Amino acid sequence: MLSVNIHNLSLKNPVMTASGTFGYGEEFADFIDLNRLGGFVVKGTTGSHREGNPYPRMVETPSGMLNSVGLQNGGVEKFCTEVYHRIKYLDTNIIVNVSGSSIEEYCDVASQIDELEKIPAIELNISCPNVKCGGMGFGTDPKMAAQVVEAVRKVYHKTLIVKLSPNVTSIVEIAKAVEGAGADSVSLINTLLGMAIDIERRRPYMANITGGLSGPAVKPVAVRMVWQVAHAVKVPVIGLGGICTSADAIEFLMAGATAIEVGTANFIDPAVTIKIIDGMEAWCKKHGIKDINEIIGIV
Amino acid sequence: MKEIHNFTITERRQHGAQYFSLVLQHAGCMQPVVPGQFVEVLVEGCREVMLRRPISVHDVDEKAGTMTLLIQIVGNGTRQLNTLKVGDSLNVVYPLGHGFSVEAAGQQPLLVGGGAGIAPLLHLAKVLASKGIKPTVLLGGRTASLIPVQDEFLPYANVLVATDDGTLGHHGIVTTHPAFAQNYSMIYTCGPTPMMKAVARSAAERGIRCEVSLENMMACGVGACLCCVTDIDQGHRCVCKDGPVFDIAAMKKWYLQ
Repeated sequence: MLSVNIHNLSLKNPVMTASGTFGYGEEFADFIDLNRLGGFVVKGTTGSHREGNPYPRMVETPSGMLNSVGLQNGGVEKFCTEVYHRIKYLDTNIIVNVSGSSIEEYCDVASQIDELEKIPAIELNISCPNVKCGGMGFGTDPKMAAQVVEAVRKVYHKTLIVKLSPNVTSIVEIAKAVEGAGADSVSLINTLLGMAIDIERRRPYMANITGGLSGPAVKPVAVRMVWQVAHAVKVPVIGLGGICTSADAIEFLMAGATAIEVGTANFIDPAVTIKIIDGMEAWCKKHGIKDINEIIGIV
Repeated sequence: MKEIHNFTITERRQHGAQYFSLVLQHAGCMQPVVPGQFVEVLVEGCREVMLRRPISVHDVDEKAGTMTLLIQIVGNGTRQLNTLKVGDSLNVVYPLGHGFSVEAAGQQPLLVGGGAGIAPLLHLAKVLASKGIKPTVLLGGRTASLIPVQDEFLPYANVLVATDDGTLGHHGIVTTHPAFAQNYSMIYTCGPTPMMKAVARSAAERGIRCEVSLENMMACGVGACLCCVTDIDQGHRCVCKDGPVFDIAAMKKWYLQ
């Protein structure tokens, strides 16, 4: 009833988790059966180990939070030799979020992940707002976005998802550019660039000054962008941004998303993904929907 | 194993104007909690608060299936928690993080607490007492009314107090208390960062093993989001997962700062 396809990926249900909010899945294994998820996207992985930004890195804002983690991760080699072997037995789609500071780095990471049998897809992160080099720099210019996707397409042979930044004038233009360059799917939105100031101390809350806004506060922006992009491209769209409930997830599907990713809500309720899956199933039964694909993009 | 559970509040106590404690009853079999581990509580009914709040575990009664949280009112989240009444339920993710190394206590451990940092030390003192060890507990604060719950330690420890203004116990900060200079088998500390750094520096100089329990703004509480990092000698580590308790042997950069 809930199964969907993203290019060559078969998902048991449309519910995945967003990169950077779910670690490597293991962190949530005590709370949920990871095999019930449609998939999960692991932490942004770069060519070499990154310490990330200085701290404080997080501040809570109305109905959301700002973070400036800055892609802290152990690097692709550590992922391939250690983390992968701990999680490869899971019966779900494990997708690696791939990031870099140069086209060469993106290609290097993607080609190493290409070798891993149990990783059926990567999510190319051209939209991280918290790193100085690369990241969002690739995702805010259609030419640059197409260049990096084209280069990665040559070395990566499985499902290539490209994660888009909302910090642009026209997300549709970027989506079309990456589709033209060979992306099999697009996921959106990454966080919105924001800032918050501690007025008593007269300085920004975060050491990096600005950070990415996530949580329910961004949901209407994300729904709008998913709707616009879904009408403009032929590849399947993965929607994310503030999803907390099954109703939110269904809203994204109606806007045109084939699958969704849950992010910040994992922090509020570590078992929220399962509740969303169960809630979607109950909603379909209640409305006599035999196949969730019937509602995708109906708006 | 970590779990999400709706506890029922069976008791609520006020400790001066700034602190209160909640006794939480588990409905079934409560997971074991190591001293120094913490919980993340869901704050309901407050528009400004979305993320869970990390709170250290003050006391545990495994047989009764209860745990006590000692909470200092500092912001919107803790102010909202202060409105909870007996009979209300509280959604808790627990037990989280890496606690104190109880097995490293030796025969004469010292526990140094300041402000809200006193909270996890009661659970630690009780576990040590159950192993036949009577720790020395040194509690510090700006003034007498800001040292909550020192009486609760009396059955398990030799309790000493230091206040900045001399209203209770030794007049001065904890590291100037004469008992602090004595020799100990191990020092555990939790409290304001400058206090913990001073305790750690002294312990390092004297060659005494020492663990500090850090605090930070947190989101996930399980090491997934990497928001709550601190700098230890090997680089950024999550306070929620790699800590909150760290051995100072790996924290020279931190305590010498």
